[in-house]
Amino acid sequence: MGYPHPIHPKETPLLSEYFGDVAARSYDGWVARGGYVALKQALAMTPEAIVDVVKASGLRGRGGAGFPTGLKWSFMPKDDGKPHYLCCNADESEPGTFKDREILRWTPHALIEGCAIAALAIRAETTYVFIRGEYTEPCTIFEAAVREAYAAGVIGENAMGSGKRIDVVVHRGAGAYICGEETALMNAIEGKRGNPRIKPPFPAVSGLFGQPTTINNVETLAAVPPIIVKGGAWYAGLSLSSPKSTGTKLISVCGHVQRPGTYEITMGLPMQELIFDLCGGMRPGRTLKAVIPGGSSVPIMTPEEVAACATDYEGIAAQGSLLGSGGMIVMDDTTDMVYQIMRLARFYAHESCAQCTNCREGTAWTTRILERILRGQGKMADLDLLLSLADNMTGKTICVLSDSCATPVVSGIAKFRGEFEAYITGARAPAMAEV
Amino acid sequence: MSTHSTEPYRPVFTGETRDRLEALGTKYPTRQALLLPALWAIQEERGWVSPEAITEVAEFLQVTPAYVRGVVTFYTMYHTHPVGRHFIQVCTTSPCNICGAEGVVEAFLEHTGCLDLGATSPDGRFTVIEVECLGACAFVTPVLINDDFIESVTAESVPALLARYP
Ligand SMILES: Cc1cc2nc3c(=O)[nH]c(=O)nc-3n(C[C@H](O)[C@H](O)[C@H](O)COP(=O)(O)O)c2cc1C
Ligand code: SF4
Ligand code: FES
Repeated sequence: MGYPHPIHPKETPLLSEYFGDVAARSYDGWVARGGYVALKQALAMTPEAIVDVVKASGLRGRGGAGFPTGLKWSFMPKDDGKPHYLCCNADESEPGTFKDREILRWTPHALIEGCAIAALAIRAETTYVFIRGEYTEPCTIFEAAVREAYAAGVIGENAMGSGKRIDVVVHRGAGAYICGEETALMNAIEGKRGNPRIKPPFPAVSGLFGQPTTINNVETLAAVPPIIVKGGAWYAGLSLSSPKSTGTKLISVCGHVQRPGTYEITMGLPMQELIFDLCGGMRPGRTLKAVIPGGSSVPIMTPEEVAACATDYEGIAAQGSLLGSGGMIVMDDTTDMVYQIMRLARFYAHESCAQCTNCREGTAWTTRILERILRGQGKMADLDLLLSLADNMTGKTICVLSDSCATPVVSGIAKFRGEFEAYITGARAPAMAEV
Repeated sequence: MSTHSTEPYRPVFTGETRDRLEALGTKYPTRQALLLPALWAIQEERGWVSPEAITEVAEFLQVTPAYVRGVVTFYTMYHTHPVGRHFIQVCTTSPCNICGAEGVVEAFLEHTGCLDLGATSPDGRFTVIEVECLGACAFVTPVLINDDFIESVTAESVPALLARYP
């Protein structure tokens, strides 16, 4: 549902049906809504059989990269005698993204069940759920649900009487966007600075505590229980445009729409319908100017690209951007694109872990040049300088935070160049005071 | 409040707190994994992570104080200086910015008497900072006051909100 709004007829509420329903938070409430049937079923399956169902569903990672989930699980070694770990990524810090928060606080047992099934599939006994430190309320609710699940015996040393051990441990973050990057997250759990690690080795070989590890996003894991109950083919059938994009996707929409919130669509719904029907379009008298569809790290789209776009991995890629995390930022004609791109660059500069020179220097320098332009002190050559900096920040660092800073700058200059030039020529009054 | 107290340091990891952390330790294969939880325990108890607290954590986990300091300073939510009785974090990242977050920050500064971002009000009651995306962008402007996550704060609602934090 378009939480906090009622379910729209064009939504497919699979994960979001009970958002806003306080009774669904408790163990009893969740069981009354069909909870833990999937885990019971999965406990009777082999790990390979669980992986096969998820492969057949076409489920892809909802954390940003869209990697096929079943395939990722199949990379975990078999019979290696080592402890395996599952990490659940509940760091959700990408600007515009606030969907995992609703799962944590409204349907925590859906996530616990998803974690338990995934742990069985990858032969792990322990799942660490890494929740960003700022999510105080979601964390409290989720921890209470974990305690209830232990007390009910659905997880613990003898999960549902199966003789199998399933532990779920909540690990609270302490402020750092970069900890959403998978290996930085592992370092944060290990009690280290949240610096991303150089890959390879990949987590399936050497991850958390040096052991084979799988990491999945909250929404990815919450989608697993319905797939187990209703089958891979059923989930794969939920697709309106590309057969490579299956199931439902939570899209958190914010910015200048009349009804911002977390909507659940079948993959492939036209983006125009999402923004104008489900979210109610722009405020009266306003027109659409730009959309950043997948969290702040993806290219900015124009209204023409939005009008032609199917909301799924392939559809958004065809329009030159990415589905990413599904955090959609909508901007109307009141938006100063240069100022907002500066804000985003400042975000990445603030969040850089500073290990790589190109990222540390590049994000800071990009921000300073954009600020200079906004003060009316820019030069035309600054635009080329920004683009050459962006080039030096793309594909040259340990993780893609650096690339993420370059992306809105490059697409912003390509699509809204006139706004940059207006500040530089003085046609537009400075938006920032001189220093 | 001053950074240097004349009173001797009272350890945090005693009694129940120690027991709780030791129990949590059984869920991890290394002792070092308790570092973030241990720092949270310190901050909950004392309001900030002092140099003496860093030494206590280091001894508890058998790592060096320099190592602990390196971790503390990496994570923005740990305070390495004392802060006001009520710590206010206002999101001003792009999605909130385009919907009016800057006005909310100004209202907080004005009504708390804090002279600047990051500075504590003269009565010691408040510290206000801007933070990056709080992950609740549909509820502009989201604000964290201590551990209370408050949605949809407007400049107009700030005075009544502050009254709840004496
Ligand atoms: C800088 C950075 C931040 C990230 N933040 C998150 C995050 O907050 N949540 C998330 O699920 N994935 C995040 N990711 C992606 C993760 O590294 C990882 O791909 C994902 O958690 C895998 O889960 P999935 O396959 O289920 O999508 C981030 C990646 C990078 C490079
Ligand atoms: S790209 Fe940036 S955030 Fe990523 S590892 Fe390098 S310095 Fe850290
Ligand atoms: S930008 Fe303010 S909560 Fe996300």
